[in-house]
Amino acid sequence: MSDRGYPDFIDPFATPPRTTAPVPPRGTGATPAVRARSRSDGRRYPGEAGLWVLIAEDVTVFSVVFAAFLVNRGHDPAQFAASREELLLTVGGINTLVLLTSSLLVAGAVHAYRSGAVTRARRLTVGAAGLGVVFAILKAYEWRHSLDAGLEPSTNDFFMFYYALTGVHYLHVVIGLVLLAFVWRRMRRDPGGESRAFVEGGAAFWHMVDALWIVLFALLYLVST
Amino acid sequence: MLATVVSWVTAPDHGATTHGAQAAAVAALVLAMIKVRYVALDFMEVRDAPPPLRWGMEAWVATVGTTLVVLYLAA
Repeated sequence: MSDRGYPDFIDPFATPPRTTAPVPPRGTGATPAVRARSRSDGRRYPGEAGLWVLIAEDVTVFSVVFAAFLVNRGHDPAQFAASREELLLTVGGINTLVLLTSSLLVAGAVHAYRSGAVTRARRLTVGAAGLGVVFAILKAYEWRHSLDAGLEPSTNDFFMFYYALTGVHYLHVVIGLVLLAFVWRRMRRDPGGESRAFVEGGAAFWHMVDALWIVLFALLYLVST
Repeated sequence: MLATVVSWVTAPDHGATTHGAQAAAVAALVLAMIKVRYVALDFMEVRDAPPPLRWGMEAWVATVGTTLVVLYLAA
């Protein structure tokens, strides 16, 4: 109140006083984490709401088929063992390392994006997607190899599972690559870090693709002996 | 990464189901589930997620891991 009893003049053209802490310039690594609707314990669900329902559902369906694979194997372990030897273990192993590395790069990209290092985040995303493409090429090569050897989904139960599982997984790889492309684009359009949930969501889907492959590799390439 | 190489290298080459081959297969499955757990905890950042997600993931890893090992051995 002014000393004359009237309310202080509020100049409508003046910058309003700060009510929040000043935002440090981006790219310095000093940016505080953006907290949107976090719980009182500071924990939050990475990515977009509902994403984890999708991930849980996807993983559950795959898990049921994993179990079915092993039950089927029990009916004729020798057939599964002989069939497994037709697979290219080396290529499968390389593919596992490829996806693991790809996931590592995506995790790095998310951290970089959150701390404002958008260029680095985008480069890591491109690297991760590049490795995803390598995986896809190697997988297609493997399929060509086994198809040329006359091994088809109708050959026996092992190969039915092999083509079905790796085929559906391949679809997930393609979807994941499309999501990474959107993430890459979003990072450019929003270098300010507000698209954190979107970036995390795309990343989480990619990690799921990696995680599913880890189990697939063990089941298809390693277990039947 | 190391876990992948270890299970890849110890993968048995030939047919007969010996105890060694069974042990290697179980180890491969267990290692796979451990790797998945770390992908979830660190890459997917479930480690810092709210408890329902964290414990949901742990429960899934334990259940699926155990189920797959049991189904394998039951063959």
